Amino acid sequence: MDDLLQEFIAETRETLEALSGEIVAWETTPADRTRLDAIFRFVHTVKGSCGFLDLPRLARLSHAAEDALAAVRDDQRIPDTALVDAVLAIVDRIGAIVEAIDAGTPEDDSDDAALIAAVSRVEEAVVVPAPRPMPTARAAPRSIRLNVDLLDRMMSGMSDMVLARNELARRLRDDVLDPRVEAALDRLSLTVADMRDTVTRTRMQKVDGLFSALPRMVRDTAAELGKAVSLKIEGSDVDLDREMIEMMRDPLVHIIRNAIDHGIESPAERRRLGKSPTGHIHVTARQSGNQILIEVEDDGAGIDVARVAAKAVATDVRSAAEVAMMSQAEKLKLVFEPGLSSRDTVSTMSGRGVGMDVVRANIEHVGGRVALDNRPGKGLTITIHVPLTLSIMSTIVVAVGNQRFAIARQAIEEIVKVRGDQVRIDPVGDIRVATVRGRRLPLLPLGPFLGVGQRDPSDLVIVSTRDGDYALGVDDVLDTEEVVVKPAAPAVMSTGLYAGQTLPDSGLPMLLLDGAGLAQAAGLRFQREVIAATEAVVQEATNPALLFEDLDGVHRTMPLAAIDRVEKVGASAVHRSGGQVRLIVGDTTVPLHHVDAVALDDALKGPGIEVIRLTDGDAECAYAMTTALEIIQLPVEIAPSPGGTVLGITVWNGQAIEILDPLTLFLDTGIESVGTAPLCLLDGQGAAWMDRFLRPVLEAHGYRCVLQPIGDEEPAVRLVMADEAVSDNGSRAPVVRLCRNRDAASAPDSIYRYDRPALIAALAGHARRGGR
Amino acid sequence: MPLFLIASIAGQGVVFDADQVDSVVDIGEVVAVPRAAPSVRGLTALRSRVITVVDTRLALGLEPMPPHVRRAVITLQDGHYYAMLVDALDDIETFETSPLPHVPSGSGRWALAADGMVVRDGQPLLILDLPRLVPPSVSLAA
Repeated sequence: MDDLLQEFIAETRETLEALSGEIVAWETTPADRTRLDAIFRFVHTVKGSCGFLDLPRLARLSHAAEDALAAVRDDQRIPDTALVDAVLAIVDRIGAIVEAIDAGTPEDDSDDAALIAAVSRVEEAVVVPAPRPMPTARAAPRSIRLNVDLLDRMMSGMSDMVLARNELARRLRDDVLDPRVEAALDRLSLTVADMRDTVTRTRMQKVDGLFSALPRMVRDTAAELGKAVSLKIEGSDVDLDREMIEMMRDPLVHIIRNAIDHGIESPAERRRLGKSPTGHIHVTARQSGNQILIEVEDDGAGIDVARVAAKAVATDVRSAAEVAMMSQAEKLKLVFEPGLSSRDTVSTMSGRGVGMDVVRANIEHVGGRVALDNRPGKGLTITIHVPLTLSIMSTIVVAVGNQRFAIARQAIEEIVKVRGDQVRIDPVGDIRVATVRGRRLPLLPLGPFLGVGQRDPSDLVIVSTRDGDYALGVDDVLDTEEVVVKPAAPAVMSTGLYAGQTLPDSGLPMLLLDGAGLAQAAGLRFQREVIAATEAVVQEATNPALLFEDLDGVHRTMPLAAIDRVEKVGASAVHRSGGQVRLIVGDTTVPLHHVDAVALDDALKGPGIEVIRLTDGDAECAYAMTTALEIIQLPVEIAPSPGGTVLGITVWNGQAIEILDPLTLFLDTGIESVGTAPLCLLDGQGAAWMDRFLRPVLEAHGYRCVLQPIGDEEPAVRLVMADEAVSDNGSRAPVVRLCRNRDAASAPDSIYRYDRPALIAALAGHARRGGR
Repeated sequence: MPLFLIASIAGQGVVFDADQVDSVVDIGEVVAVPRAAPSVRGLTALRSRVITVVDTRLALGLEPMPPHVRRAVITLQDGHYYAMLVDALDDIETFETSPLPHVPSGSGRWALAADGMVVRDGQPLLILDLPRLVPPSVSLAA
């Protein structure tokens, strides 16, 4: 809330500064309509923000001024000196109050009523002396507002610096480099990279900053109007230029207020219409090609086009003849005219429809546009398109021929190698179709299409567009890169293939491909139903797993979720100690599991093995194998297997594949460690029974079992049957007694012999205290 | 008297209004823009800005410039920078302008960008209007 207040103060202060000229001009020519509109917009915005920020004093003042100015706009009042003075007094007072809020000093409010009375008085022309604001001490600002031009210059200077550094590095590498120079260069590189990130961040903000204020606003507005509204927000993590966010703030607030006030009906009315009593507003942000789309969708009444048209005639915005000539769409657009509202009564919230002309003005100022999708009786969707200009984008860089292109990461579903088993490319007449894991996709080979290369694609980039997905064939996928995208020259943009241009660190310009534009230009056609059907299948199988060839040559698989990474290691990284195999990772070692000790030895004689590194967040371990094959989808239901390290069996390509259970790998860390496993002495008359029935269980839990004490090693625990005396053979090991029937298992340290969990728990307790 | 930059394109002496010229440079490596208008030779980086390089001969409907031509006149049009390739650059001088003696017949593309002429040492030079050499935004992909 503090942030919002700071924002409001800074904004109001800024607008006031900009407005001071207008005010002076209006004072001399009160009939000037554009000046009047500017002042009107200011008080309207202040009113709106105040309601939301709970500043009732400012709300009262601005509301009074707005009423008076509206009357002037409707020609019900003449802007005489008295009125002008009174309005100016209020504008000044707003400035004084804002400064007071900022400085945290109380402001005397005794004569607010007088100001309001003065501005509301219609008949008497009483001249109210306009009290000039007292100079208040400004609080030291915690943040500063920067001119975006300055940021632009900073950004461009930064890019220059990066290029200069690259050039320097290139030149230096030509000669034999003094290590001291190299160290200095590295430091410079780090600093420059760091700086670049910072400078870039100064321009960028998550759109979340724009959305975070909405829930509260919706709640308050709905409560005030006696409506029930639920708000859903999506896409808060889209990055947007700071300037854009600033420019979008007011329009978005206006649009949502309008939606609640004019769009969503009262709960009673909604029930009558057969709608759910709670209205829904859905705010979405997403990136589409070279634009950011912010969509506000409500399920209210929509816009009554006929009434808007009638109102336009009534308020002389358009003549009756003009309106008669208009199409429905044109009539709908009348809502953007200044001073027009489909509402007849004025509310404190969204006022008189001035919102929509402010909305359009603000959005067009940043090169965007507003689209309306009106569904009378069913709702309204307002879509704001703003250009991606200067937005930072995460892209994948691909190569075709000798050229590189960037593709927005957001548009990429996945990247697959053509040579894998999962991809097939079939010619169908002149075109080609790619089949990726049973999903058929139109294939667009980028090189031949752009005329920059004729090679058969070696990688497929699955691009998703609003109409459907397709496979873009490229020669190579190089890298991911964060780039600042700017619009290219009209002659380049008009090809429809590019979303913009960027200057990456290489210093060579790079074009950003427009996925949807490419598909359109290439004439790809999508079959929605087919794709929808396959998507449903994909939805079902969302359990990806890594298929690999194990050391014994058998194909096994492991759920991807548990896998941290797969890497190659040399034989020297595998270390044995006390019968345990461990993998050296940096300064430490982690347990290295393997299917077969002999196979591991054989594999280590070769150049090296691959290991799957697993982590559960705390502990780490690794699993040795020959090579990773590919990612497969496991069915959600898996046939359970008898146990051990195998989670279950799945069938893939007609082969039965064991699914390894990563959990047991963490659990069984002790199994391999023969040397350190606690020793369990099976003692007394029942030893033979224990040897047969308990030994497998105990060993599975990491104990070694012996029937006779070995050497002078003290067992961690002794197991004896409860009904026999403990032979004192000098052992001080704790004793666990096993009873033959359940009822006898009440004495301390005696356990019913088939109660496995209790036995394991008891053993674990002793093993921790004793041996180890 | 207006100031003009004297250059030559395809053997023709031309002048550009100095007000339309941002700077004069030798451009670096050019990255092609597939499927753009033929006169768009590509993009190049200049002072950390991306600049669209225009083959002025192609823009005038002549044979393309040889690839080694690097000298260019930078001009800013509608917020975008363009590098207009020229065969050679000469001097900056002030001239009296005069209209072309007659409108050329036929479809000579010179006429599309010609904006009168100046006379230097008795030799007539064509005034080329840079905005009219900027490749138009027409859809070629469709």
